[in-house]
Amino acid sequence: MHEIPLQYILIVSTLMFFIGVWGFIVRKNLITILMAIELILNSVNINFLAINRFLYPHHLEGHFFGLFVVAIAAAEASVAIAIIINIYRRFTTINVENVSEMKH
Amino acid sequence: MSILNLFVIVPVLTVFAILFTKDFKGARVVSAIGMGIQLLLAAYLIFAYLDLRAIGITDEMVFTQDILWFPMLNIHYAIGVDGIAVSMIALTAIVVFAGVFASWEVDNLAREFFISLILLATGVFGFFISLDLFTMFLFYEIAVIPMYLLIGIWGSGPKEYSAMKLTLMLMGGSALLLVGLLGLYFYSAPDGGPLTFNILEIAKVHIPVEMQRLFFPFLFVGFGVLGALFPFHTWSPDGHASAPTAVSMLHAGVLMKLGGYGCFRVAMFLLPEAANEMAWIFIILTTISVVYGAFGAIWQKDLKYINAYSSVSHCGLVLFALLMMNETAMDGAILQMISHGLMTALFFALIGMIYGRTHTRMIDQMGGLMKVIPFLSVVYVIAGLASLGLPGLSGFVAEMTIFVGAFQHPDIFHRAATIIAISSIVITAVYILRVVGILLLGPVKNTDYNLLTDARWYERLSTITLLVAIAGIGMFPFWLSDTIMNSLGPIVSRLLAVV
Amino acid sequence: MDFLYTIWIPLIPFLLFLLIGLTGMYFKPIVSGIVGTVGLGVITLLSFITAYQYFFVDGMVDGVYQKIVAGSYTWLAFTDTLHIDMGVMLDPIAVMMLLVVSIVSFMVHIYSLGYMKGEKGFSRFYAFLSLFTFSMLGLVVATNIFQMYIFWELVGVSSFLLIGFYYDKPSAVAASKKAFIVTRFADFGFLVGLLLLSYITGTFDFKTLTSPEGIETIRGAGLTFMGASAVTWAMLLIFMGGAGKSAMFPLHIWLPDAMEGPTPVSALIHAATMVVAGVYLVARLFPVFIMVTPESLNVIAYIGGFTSLFAAVIACTQFDIKRVLAFSTLSQIGYMMLALGVSGYGEHGLGFTASMFHLSTHAMFKALLFLGAGAIIHAVHSNYMYEMGGLRKYLPITHLTFLIACLTIAGVPPLSGFWSKDEILAAAWHHDKLLFFIEFAVAGLTAFYMFRLYFSVFWGKETHYHHTPHESPLTMTIPLMLLAVASIFAGFIPFGEFVSSDGIPHHGEIHMNIAVPSVAIGLLGILVALLMYRRETTVPDRIAKALGGFYRTVYHKFYIDEVYLFVTKKIIFNLISRPVAWFDRHLVDGTMNKVAWVVEFSSYRTRQLQSGQLQHYAVFFVAGVLVLVLTFAYFLF
Repeated sequence: MHEIPLQYILIVSTLMFFIGVWGFIVRKNLITILMAIELILNSVNINFLAINRFLYPHHLEGHFFGLFVVAIAAAEASVAIAIIINIYRRFTTINVENVSEMKH
Repeated sequence: MSILNLFVIVPVLTVFAILFTKDFKGARVVSAIGMGIQLLLAAYLIFAYLDLRAIGITDEMVFTQDILWFPMLNIHYAIGVDGIAVSMIALTAIVVFAGVFASWEVDNLAREFFISLILLATGVFGFFISLDLFTMFLFYEIAVIPMYLLIGIWGSGPKEYSAMKLTLMLMGGSALLLVGLLGLYFYSAPDGGPLTFNILEIAKVHIPVEMQRLFFPFLFVGFGVLGALFPFHTWSPDGHASAPTAVSMLHAGVLMKLGGYGCFRVAMFLLPEAANEMAWIFIILTTISVVYGAFGAIWQKDLKYINAYSSVSHCGLVLFALLMMNETAMDGAILQMISHGLMTALFFALIGMIYGRTHTRMIDQMGGLMKVIPFLSVVYVIAGLASLGLPGLSGFVAEMTIFVGAFQHPDIFHRAATIIAISSIVITAVYILRVVGILLLGPVKNTDYNLLTDARWYERLSTITLLVAIAGIGMFPFWLSDTIMNSLGPIVSRLLAVV
Repeated sequence: MDFLYTIWIPLIPFLLFLLIGLTGMYFKPIVSGIVGTVGLGVITLLSFITAYQYFFVDGMVDGVYQKIVAGSYTWLAFTDTLHIDMGVMLDPIAVMMLLVVSIVSFMVHIYSLGYMKGEKGFSRFYAFLSLFTFSMLGLVVATNIFQMYIFWELVGVSSFLLIGFYYDKPSAVAASKKAFIVTRFADFGFLVGLLLLSYITGTFDFKTLTSPEGIETIRGAGLTFMGASAVTWAMLLIFMGGAGKSAMFPLHIWLPDAMEGPTPVSALIHAATMVVAGVYLVARLFPVFIMVTPESLNVIAYIGGFTSLFAAVIACTQFDIKRVLAFSTLSQIGYMMLALGVSGYGEHGLGFTASMFHLSTHAMFKALLFLGAGAIIHAVHSNYMYEMGGLRKYLPITHLTFLIACLTIAGVPPLSGFWSKDEILAAAWHHDKLLFFIEFAVAGLTAFYMFRLYFSVFWGKETHYHHTPHESPLTMTIPLMLLAVASIFAGFIPFGEFVSSDGIPHHGEIHMNIAVPSVAIGLLGILVALLMYRRETTVPDRIAKALGGFYRTVYHKFYIDEVYLFVTKKIIFNLISRPVAWFDRHLVDGTMNKVAWVVEFSSYRTRQLQSGQLQHYAVFFVAGVLVLVLTFAYFLF
C-alpha cells in the first residue's frame, strides 16, 4: 500500500490548528469558540498519531496519548458547556463581548 | 535570662491580658498596670545598669543574651544595652505610661486601641534592646504597622489619607533601610566565615570603603525618614495632626527617636568612613531642617501642626549633632532625643486635652485659656519654656551640649552651620510665645469656655509624670550626661579613628 | 573663715520660689507675701554680712581684692576643660551687686505687700519675684560665663512672667512677648560670642579668663574674620547680649513697653537690677575687653553715649510717667556703658569705678522713682501726667521722696547722683571730648525731663479727681523713705576704695572743673522746667508746635518700633515664614504626593489592559507565544 507522506498529514493538522486559533480569536459565540478549541485539540491529536506511526511503528504510546486527549477533551467540553449554560442564564447571551464583568 | 527580655514579655502579656477584659474600663486599667510595671522595670534597669558600671564592668553592652533563631541565615535574637539604650528605654517607658493615661477616655473600640498601642510600644522596646540588625528591623516594623491602624481608625480629620501617607513614607524608608542592612550583612565577613547581622560583630570587621559609600546613604536616609530629615519629613505634620493623642505622643516622643538612634548606632557606627565623608551633605540637610522647621511653625494655626514642625526642627538638631562626630555633640544629640521625646509628648498630651475640651485646635479660635483651665495652661507654658530652652528644664541642657560640642569642631563650615542652627533658638521663642500669647493669655474669647473643667486626675498624672522627668533632667543633667558620655566612647573612637 | 554660707544667698530665693509656687494656693495670699519678704530680709542680711566680711576682713590679700570662689561644683561637663559649674564667686563688683540686688528686691517685696494687696494672683506674684531674685543673684555670683548665661536666660523668663503678670490684658501680653523675643535675639549673640570665646580660650571660667595667663591665651589666638580678630567678634557678640538686656540702642524697644507690668516689677527689674546686667557683664569681662580688644570698648562707649542722648530726648516728650522713667533708665544705663567704654585699666580705671558707682546709686534713686510713681498711680489710677496735677497736698511723703530722687538724678550736690555722674563725666573728658559733650548735654536734659515730670505731677494745674487721692499705706511709704535715705547718702561712700578695675583701691577725688559746669547745667534744666511746668502755661504746646515734625518724630520714639514691626511682620512673617510654609505644603509635600500620584496613575493605566474581553487575552497570548518563538528561533539558529 502506498503510504501518505508525513508532510501531508502535518500540513492538514497545522491548518486545523491555525483555523482553531483563528476561530478562537475572531468568533464571538462561546459555542463556536469551544468548537475552535476542539479543532486545536484534534489537530494535536492527529500529530500524535501520525508521528507515532512514522517514528515508532511498533510502539503505541502516541495512540494512547491520543485516547487520553479525546477523553480529556470530552471532559473539558462538558465543563465548558456547563459554564456556557451558566453564563447564558446569568447574562442571557453567549456572546463573549458582552461577558466582561471581571475586567479591571 | 537577661532582664531585658521582660521589656518585650511584659507588653506582650499585657496585650493578652487586654484580650480577656470586658470593656474599655478593664482595658485601660490593664494597660495602665502593664505599663506601670514597665516603668518600674525601666527604673530598676537604670539602677542595675549603674550598679554594673559602678563595680567596674566595662563591656560595651551589658545584660546580653544571644539565641539563634534562624540558623540558615545566622539570624540571632541578640540583646544587650549600653547607657544610651538604657536612657532610651527609660524615655519610652515614661512616654508610654503617660500615653496610656492620656488616652483614658478612649471608649470606641478601646480594647483594640490599647492592644495596638502596646504592640507599638513592644516594637519600640524591642528595637532598643536588639543587637542583631535583623531582629532590630523586625521590631522596627512591628512598631510601624500598628501606627497605620491607630491613625486610620481612631484618628481625626483626613485620617485615612494621613495614615496611608505616613505608613507609605515610613515603609519607603524601611525599603531603603533593608537594602542597607542586607549590604552590611553581605559584607560582614570579608575573610570568609559565616555572615552575621550582629552589630558588635560587624563593628569588628572593616567593610570596604566603596561599599560603605554605597550603603551609607541607604541606611542614613532610611533611618532619617523616621527622624524627619528634610525633605522626607512631610509625613510628620499630616500624621501628627490626624493621630489620636496617645499616638502622637508615642510617635513624636519615641518613634521618631528610633530614626536618630538607628542613624548613629547602625549607619554611622558601622560605616564610619562613609559617615565622615558624607557628613557634609547631611549637615546641610539637617541645618535646613532645623531652621526650616522653626520657620514653618511660625505660620501654622493648628496646634498640632505647630508642634509637628517644631519636632522637625528639634529632631533635625539631633541628626545635626550626631554628624558633628564628637563626644560632646553626640552626647547632646542623645540628650536632645530624650528631652524632645518628653517635651513633645507633653505637648501632644496637652493639645489632646485642650482639644477634648474646646473641640478645636485652631489657635485663633481660642484665647484666654489660662483663666479657665489654669493647670493645663501652666503646664503648657512650662512645656513651651522647655521647648525654647529655658535653663532648668531639659531642652536647655540638650541644646547647649549640642552647640558647645558642635562649636568645638575646628572646621569653619561646621561652625557656620552651628551658628545657623543656633539662630533657631530665637525663632523657637517666636512661635512658642505666639502660641502661648494667643492661646493661653489675654481675655477669654469664647464665653462657653467658662464652663470648662480643669485637668482630671489621670490627666494630671500623665502630665506630671512627663513634667517631673523634664525638670529632673534639666536640673540634674550630670548623671544622665555622664552615663551617655561613657557609652559613647567606643562609638566616637571608631568614628574618629578613620579620619 | 570661708564664704561657704554665701551659696545660700541664691539658694534661699529658689527654695522660696518652689515653696510659694507649689503651695501658695493653699494658703491665704498674705502668707506668701510675708514668707517671701522675710526670706528676702534674711538674704539682705546675709549680703551685708558678706560685704562686711569681704571688704573689711577676708577679701584683700596683698592690697588687692581677690576673686574668691566660695563654692563650686560641676553641673554639666562637656569636655575635660569645658564644663558648666554652679558656684559662687565673690569679687568687689559681685559683692556690690549682691548688696544692690538684695536691698532693692527687699524694698520691692515690702512695697508690694501694700501695692499688690487684693490683686488676683498675689502669691503668684511673690513666687515670680522670688524666681527673679534667685536668677539675678545667681547671675551676679556666677563663677563662669556659662553659669551667667544660664541665669541670664532665667532672668529673661522671670521678666517675661512678671511683665505679663496681668495676663488677661492684651497689651501686657504683647509687651512681655516683645521683651522676651528682643532679649532672646540678643542672647543669640551672647551665646555665639561665648561659644567663640570658649573655643579660643578653652574655658568658661571667669577667673581663668581674666587672669593674666588667660589674657595671654586670648591674645595669642590669631584667628581673624572680616578684618577684625575673632576675639573682637566674640566680645562684640557678647556685648550684644548685654545690650539686649540693658536695652541699648537699637535693642531698646522692649523696655518702654515692659512698663505694662506691675510698677514694683518695673522698679525691681526694669530700673535697678536686670537692666544693669549688661553693664555688669561688660564689667565682669572688663580685663579681656581692655587688654585684648580696646577697639570694641570704643564701640560700647559710642553705643552707650548715643543711647543716653537718644533716650533723654524721647523722655522729654512722653506723657506716661512710667515711660518717662523708662527712657530715663535707658539714658542712665547709657551713661554706665559709656563710662565702661571710656575707662582705662588700673590707675586709669576711673570710668570702671564710676560706672559701678553710678550703677549702685542709680539703682537706689531709680527704684525710688519707680516706687514713687507706683504710689502716684496707686492714688490716682492713671499713668498719664496730663491727668494729674497738684498732688503735693495729697501725697506728702511720696512728694518729698520723689523730689529727693529727682534732685539726685539731676546731679545736685551733695546727693549721690552728683558724685557718680561727676566721675563719669570726668572719665569721659579724659578719653573723648565728643562723648563728654554728649553726656554734658544729657545731664541738662535729664534735669529738665525729670522736673517736667515732677512739676506737672505735683504742681501744675489743679485736676479734679473722682475721689480724693490719699497717701499710700505704711508698707509702701517705708521703702520710699529708706530708699530716699540711701539716695542721699550713698554718694559719700568712697567707692574707689572698694571697686576698681584691677582690685587695687584707688582714691577718688572731686573734679571741680567738671563738677561746676555739670551742676550748673543741671540747675539750668530744673529752672527751665520750673518756668514751663510750675503753673499751667501754653509754653510747652507752643514749643511743640514750633518744632513740628521733629517733635512728632521724637514723640513717636523715632519710629523705631514701627521699623521693627515692619521687619518682623512684613519680612519675617510674610516674606520668610509664609513662603516656607507654602513651600513645605506645596513643593516638598507636593513632590511626595506627586510620587504617590504617579504610582496611582500608572496603575490606573495598566489595569486598562484587563478589558474583560476574552479574545483580547487570547490575542496577547498568541502574540506572546509568537514573540517567544521568534526570539528563540533568532538566538538558537
